[in-house]
Amino acid sequence: MVMIAFYFFAVLITLLFLVTVMSKNVLYAMTSLAAGMVLISGLFFILGADFLGAVQLIVYVGAVMALYSFAMMFFDMSKDVKEKNGSAATVFVLGGAIALMLVVVFSAPVIGQGVSSLYPEAAGATNPQAVGLVLFTKYLVPFEVAAVMLLVAMISGIILAGKKMDASLSTTEEEIPEMTQGGEK
Amino acid sequence: MIGLGHYLILSGILFSIGLVGVLRRKNLLMLFFATEIMLNAVNIAFAAISNHYHDMAGQMFAFFVIAVAASEVAVGLGLLVILYKKYGTLDLDAYTVMRG
Repeated sequence: MVMIAFYFFAVLITLLFLVTVMSKNVLYAMTSLAAGMVLISGLFFILGADFLGAVQLIVYVGAVMALYSFAMMFFDMSKDVKEKNGSAATVFVLGGAIALMLVVVFSAPVIGQGVSSLYPEAAGATNPQAVGLVLFTKYLVPFEVAAVMLLVAMISGIILAGKKMDASLSTTEEEIPEMTQGGEK
Repeated sequence: MIGLGHYLILSGILFSIGLVGVLRRKNLLMLFFATEIMLNAVNIAFAAISNHYHDMAGQMFAFFVIAVAASEVAVGLGLLVILYKKYGTLDLDAYTVMRG
């Protein structure tokens, strides 16, 4: 049963992500990316990481993809994306070789049995309980830092995409001559 | 029987798909999509190893990866909006300033 589910999810995720990478249409790419992320949460549920699967559904499929689709209102994406690509064979060989190297590097200690459990799962606790036990004791400081990082990201997102707020940014064209004039005075 | 190796191979395949996307895409929004694919592939590997060793540390790292990805998208999309306002396109070749 687990085997059927794993192969079902694995084949579908691979195909959907291939569509994301190869498609010329941004809407197709975004939709297949969202569908692939939903299926990845299915893999997390198989692995017993229930809370991680729920977070994947809420944050990735809910928040991140909604943010992408919201940002697409700013862009004209009805036309197909025109891209000037170099040789495809070089890209595929390079990408495959680098990924294979990374897999070997990261699986070497696993194969060598040099890994021991640092924070074992609490006995008799369900997965969300175990997550909470570890997250709010051993990983409390990174958790707080991540909260501050999300706050910084929210403020910078508001300032960057806000309508009037970006008037003082040097990236806008009309500000550049005024700044050079100010420098000459 | 599905073991740790199956998940690591799937994660490697998905990571290479994302890497190919990063290497061949010239549109900035498509580059962001490829980055998300790579982050998700790493998350699968983290969850699989966490399950294999009955260890919570892998899932914790997956949570922080998700948090980093969310903030990256928030800042990156703001930058994309500004770039689109300035240049009218998201093509990377249009942003080349130095000719040579």
